[in-house]
Order: sequence, then structure tokens, then C-alpha cells
Amino acid sequence: MADIAEVHQEDHDHHMPGFFTRWFCSTNHKDIGTLYILVSFVAAIIGGAMSWYIRLELAEPGVQYIDDFQFYNVLVTAHGFLMVFFVVMPAMIGGFGNWFVPLMIGAPDMAFPRMNNISLWLLVAALILLLLSAVIGDGPGTGWTVYPPLSNQDYHPGPSVDLGILSLHLAGASSILGAINFIVTIFNMRAPGMTIHRMPLFVWAMLVTAFLLLLALPVLAGALTMLLTDRNFGTAFFVPGQGGDPVLWQHLFWFFGHPEVYIIIIPAFGIVSQVVSTFSNKPVFGYLGMAYAMAAIGVVGFVVWAHHMFTIGFDVGTRAYFTAATMVIAVPTGVKIFSWLATMWGGSIKFEVPMLWALGFIFLFVVGGVTGITLANASADLVFHDTYFVVAHFHYVMAIAAIFAMFSGYFYWVGKMSGRKYPRGLAMVQFWVFFIGVNVLFFPQHFSGFAGMPRRIPDYPTAYEGWNYVSSVGALITMIGTILFFIIVWRTYYGVKAEANEWGEGAKTLEWTVASPAPWHTHEILPDMTGKAPAE
Amino acid sequence: MHNRLFVAISTMIIGMSMHPGMALADKVEMRSKPWQVFFQDPMSPTAEKIYDLNVFLLWIEVIITVFVLGLMAYICIRFRAKANPTPSKTTHNTPLEVLWTGVPILILVIIAVPSLKVLYFADKTQDAEMTLKVIGNQWYWTYEYPDHEGLTFDSYPIPDEELKEGQPRLLSVDNPVVLPAKTNIRLLMSSNDVIHNWGMPSLAIKLDTTPGRVNETWTHINQPGDYYGMCSELCGVNHSFMPIHIKALPKSEFNEWIASAKKEFANNIKLGNDLPVRLAQAAAAR
Repeated sequence: MADIAEVHQEDHDHHMPGFFTRWFCSTNHKDIGTLYILVSFVAAIIGGAMSWYIRLELAEPGVQYIDDFQFYNVLVTAHGFLMVFFVVMPAMIGGFGNWFVPLMIGAPDMAFPRMNNISLWLLVAALILLLLSAVIGDGPGTGWTVYPPLSNQDYHPGPSVDLGILSLHLAGASSILGAINFIVTIFNMRAPGMTIHRMPLFVWAMLVTAFLLLLALPVLAGALTMLLTDRNFGTAFFVPGQGGDPVLWQHLFWFFGHPEVYIIIIPAFGIVSQVVSTFSNKPVFGYLGMAYAMAAIGVVGFVVWAHHMFTIGFDVGTRAYFTAATMVIAVPTGVKIFSWLATMWGGSIKFEVPMLWALGFIFLFVVGGVTGITLANASADLVFHDTYFVVAHFHYVMAIAAIFAMFSGYFYWVGKMSGRKYPRGLAMVQFWVFFIGVNVLFFPQHFSGFAGMPRRIPDYPTAYEGWNYVSSVGALITMIGTILFFIIVWRTYYGVKAEANEWGEGAKTLEWTVASPAPWHTHEILPDMTGKAPAE
Repeated sequence: MHNRLFVAISTMIIGMSMHPGMALADKVEMRSKPWQVFFQDPMSPTAEKIYDLNVFLLWIEVIITVFVLGLMAYICIRFRAKANPTPSKTTHNTPLEVLWTGVPILILVIIAVPSLKVLYFADKTQDAEMTLKVIGNQWYWTYEYPDHEGLTFDSYPIPDEELKEGQPRLLSVDNPVVLPAKTNIRLLMSSNDVIHNWGMPSLAIKLDTTPGRVNETWTHINQPGDYYGMCSELCGVNHSFMPIHIKALPKSEFNEWIASAKKEFANNIKLGNDLPVRLAQAAAAR
């Protein structure tokens, strides 16, 4: 098999373009996927460095390292933007999505390869604009939510916020193009016999995510344009003195912003489903329930946005509705958790590195998910809104959980992508260091939140020092875990060659039927899935 | 330090199982303590209800977490490859799937009922005895007493180097907002510039001050004392430096304070004495 694959691969080598054409004008889904992962990697280093700098300042009360509080706010803002738009989304959707959606559905490439290329380079341009926004002028100290009037010309003069807006415009355009590409690919390019209800769950996750992107991002783009004209051309959409309303911005932003957190976590669901099934050596339990739970989360995600705005001064009926609607989300997410456990039940579980990260994901998602039940209650938000309890909640359930799923996907597929195996022992050590690190980092923030510590502050009353110190120690441990990951990536280059299917019979999806590394062109002859066991 | 940590953990365990009996001291100081792991003591009817609701929620959440993670640990041990070399092929179990959809719905309904009750209780008061208007500014608070001839003053934070003995860092202000204890108080909130948020943990108040809008809530402070809070919406460079300090006095002392404050802040009062905006009385008369 390996021989055939290698011959097959050499067959195509003479088609391979030169370095510049291959990497800068790429239309190959695998190369574009690799570039997306590279962008994510660069952004993760910058965004991570920002968070460690923040934790360094917060390790002790008083001002030690960041005496310019505008700069502190810029760090908080840029950390959020980078992690959401330039780390998690590119890695999961642009990276793993591009690489493995065509491979898993038996398609030779994405539907629109050139559009795929422009999606990537728009994202690079957006990243450059975002980094410029932080260094030109005073930087955007608005938080990633960019609430006016704070983000208006009166309170943020200079070009920083405008650069940030343009950056998000480009990132949004990039994502919309990517979303169209995924939807068209998944609907039209499945191999014969691979019906919608037989696609791997990762592909389902990408399909749901693509629809969320397509529906949510235009709203953000519209809101950003309104803010841009407010700032520069004298409109007053969000200016209260001229009949505008700052709360309108919050509605528009969170109508995008809430689906956005599902855009981050649903691809993670997809990766974890594949990994749990592979290493339990069992098909996914309740496949249809899993697929439609994701769809349900996507739909309900569009009608809960105002739970981010419980303290804005809504009438009580509105808050009651959004409380009830938000709690509904616990049901499909519960279905997912229990189905993962049921997939493992009766299985023959191998604790390879990707499985460790997937189990870590479930752990974090459960711990962060239950605090979400608290925060869904508008009444509880009278004490929790804008405290570290919220910070702890969303880092557990969305941010760190997504990072864990990314690591899971990385270790699951790195053999397929690079053709080399990662150093297994070191990767296990890295998992445990990182797992302990993030828990020491974020768990004490629940306590700070109960005690009432507000978020987004560079200095805090002395009583909060204890848990903040512990939290910063956790950040240090996490940093060591990250450095270990760099070493793993570097060592992988010198790793042993990976087989076509390195995970054994549990790995049933189509990407494991092609050689490792996946040849430049795959599935040139469509695999016929008719009558075969479902890909689930 | 270990000792304090122990106290903190046991406080959480005790705090989660019974309501704190705080009615002992006649004057309280409400701010967070070192290594605190749970709420500040609830000092208003709303805060008490929210405290109880959260204890209830937290128990449910702890039980769910322990159950799910315990189950995961059990599965990991019971079905590890060594112990179970041949995997089963089971992929469906309809009663089980109905169960794990139905039971969460039931739990959510059980949560929603008390939660919504608290929400409606915390919303507004029908019989306010007085009104306080809170106005956010970059980066200080302005307080107005429309029922007391429009008395108004600004409340600035005290820089670290000017703190006096016993004044907590980043929480102390030059002019605390003085309110009567055991009184139904209507709170109106607005802003002169960007969005701020008037957050007072021990009274369970958290409401945005938004320019162009007036938001309403209420409180009833159970005991005289000092209550500390902070701005809870990112409002610019000095967001972490606009604390809130409520000095709650017995009603009689509050009236004395009003008389002296009117003299102290006489220059601030813009309304004539014949034009007070008696919001609370107007509402009561209706």
C-alpha cells in the first residue's frame, strides 16, 4: 500500500510548482491549510505573549510593569481579537477544515481553490492591520467588544480603532469567502454514496460552522461600517447626543458575537468526536443526535445574544426571555457530552496523545459549561457581570477548551500532514504540564469572581492578591507547556515516518486511506462509498 | 498563609450549606477579604435571594460536574484497551438518549423558577422612600439626591499616597455616597460620557450607566456600615480607578448628614429650593 502510494505521489511531483508559486499563489487545499496553521501559530505566539504579560502585571497588586493603562487595555483588546480571529478560527476552520474536509468526503480539493487562496491572504492582511492598530497612535483600548461611546472619535481619537475596524472587515470577508467555499464543497463534492447523513462528524461541524459564519459575520461587518462612519463621516448611529443609541451597537455586536463563540467551539466538537471514536475503537454513539445537536446549538445560538447585555438596563421581561433561551443551550451540549462518554463506553480505549487532549477538552468543557448555567441567569448576573467569574467561565468553556481541541487535532493529524510522528513521550509530558497549568491559571479566577473582582483592570484592591498570584503561577506553568510544544514541533521534523494509518482500525475516515504525508493531489479517482459502512 | 487558605476553604463549605448570620455587628464593612472564595455577605433583600439562588445553583453544578467527570474516570479505567481488548459495536440506545435529553430539561426548569422569581424581585421597587441618581463620568461618580433639594456632589478616588489609616486601597473615595439603612431606595443611573457600570457586590447591584438613557433599579441596605464596589464596565484608561463607597447610616443620622451636606455642597445645587424633583413622593402618591 505504502509503495503504491509513493509511486502515486512521485507521479505528481513534476506538477509541483516552484517555491513562490506553491506557497504564495497556492490553490491546493493542503498547502493553504498548512499556511493557515502557520498564521495561527504566529498569532498564537503574539496573543499568548500578551496574555503572559497581562498575568505578569496582575501577579501582584500595584503597578509593576505596565504603567500605561491605555497600553494595558490595548493588550486586553488585542489578546481577545488575536485569539478569536487569528488563532482559533484559522487553525480549526482554515487549517484543519481545509486539510481534512476534502480528504474526509472524498473530494480532490475545495470547490473554489482560488477563492480559498484569497481567503487566506485577506486574513494575513487583516492580521497586519490589527498589529498596526496596536502600534500606531494610542492603540484600541476598547476591549474586543469595541463598545461605543468609548470607541467613538471623542474617546479614541487617532487611527487605531479605524485600523482595528478595517482589520475585522478583512477578517470577516475572509471568513465569509471561506464559509461559502465549505458549504459548496460539502454540498456538491461528496464521493458517491457519502450521503449527508454519512459524513464524518468533523465535516458536519464544519458545515454548521460555515452557516454560522455566513449569517453572523455580515451583521458584524454592517455594525463595524456604522461605527466607521460614526467615527469619520459624521453619522450618529451610536451617538446618544444626536439621536443614536450605544445599546444598538451591543445588539448588533452580540448578534454576531454569540454565534462567534459557537464558530469557535463547534469545530472543536468535530475534532473531539473523531478522536474519541478513533481511540475508543468504536463508531460514534448516537451519530444523528450528535450531528443535529450541533445544528441545534447553531440555531439556538442566534436567539440568545442579549445574555451578554443583562446589565444594560433591559426591562425585566426581556431578561426573562434571554435567561430561558440561554438555558436551552445546555440540552444539546449535554447530548454531546453524554454521547462522547457513551462512545467510550464499551470501547477499547487507547490513551494516545490526541485522546488525552480530547479527554482534557471534555473535562474543561464540563467545568466551564456548568458555570454557564449560572451565568445564563439574569438574576445571578447582578453579581457576576464583568467579574473574573465570567473570565474563568469563557476561558474554560470556549478558549482553553478550543485550544485543547486544536492540540488534539494537531497530534491526531500531524502524521498525515507532515509524514512524521511526533515524539510521543514528550507530547504526553506536554499535555500534563499544560493541563495542570491552565487549571491553576483559570480555576482560582472563579474565586476572584465570587469575591467581586472586575475584569479588564490593571490594578486591583489588595484583598484579591492571593488568587491572582496563584493564577499567574498557572500562567507560568502554561508557558512552559507552550515551550515544550515548540520543542515537539521541532523534534517532529526529525521524527520517524508515519504510516498511512497510524491509529489502527479505529480510524475509519477517508483521510487514513491515503499515504502519509498526504500526496499533493488526493482522491483523483473518487472513492465509492456506496453500500459501505457509514463514515461515522 | 496555609491557615488563611484553610479558613477560606472551610468558609466556602460552610457558606454553601447555610446562610451567613451577619446581623450581629451594628456596623459592617463590606469588601472582599484575602483568599476569599465565595460571595461577600449579602446585605440587601435582593443580595440575600441571589446568594441563596447561587448556593442552590452551585450545588447542582458541583453534582453534575462530579457525576460527569466521575463517569468519565470510571469509563477510562473500566474500558481501557488492556481491560477491554474487544470493543462493543453499540451505537444506539433510544431510552438512554431520551433520558439524557429529558433530565437536563427537567433540571433547567427547576432552576428557572426560583431564578426568574429573584429576577422580578430585584427589578424595581413600587414604594421607594427616596431616590439616588448615579451618574458615571471618566473617571469618577456624580451622585444626586433629587428628593433632598437636588443635593449633588462628585466622588473621586483617593490616590494611594493620600490614603489614611484604615482606608482600603483602590476602594476609598473623597466623598462617599451616604444612604440611609433599612430604607427602600430607588436608584437611577446615567452617564455623561461613556458606559460605566455601578457595581456593588454585597448589595447585588450591577447596572450600566449609559449616556442618553436612565436605568432604574432599587436597594434596601440591611445595616449601617461601609460598602465598597468598583466600576464594572470597561470605560477607558482609569477604569480600575473609579471605586464606589457607600456609607450607610441609621435614618436619624442620615437626616443630620443631609443637613450638613447641603451646606458643604451648597455651590453644587443648581435647582432652586422651590423646584425639587420629588420622584419618590410622586410615585408614592400615584
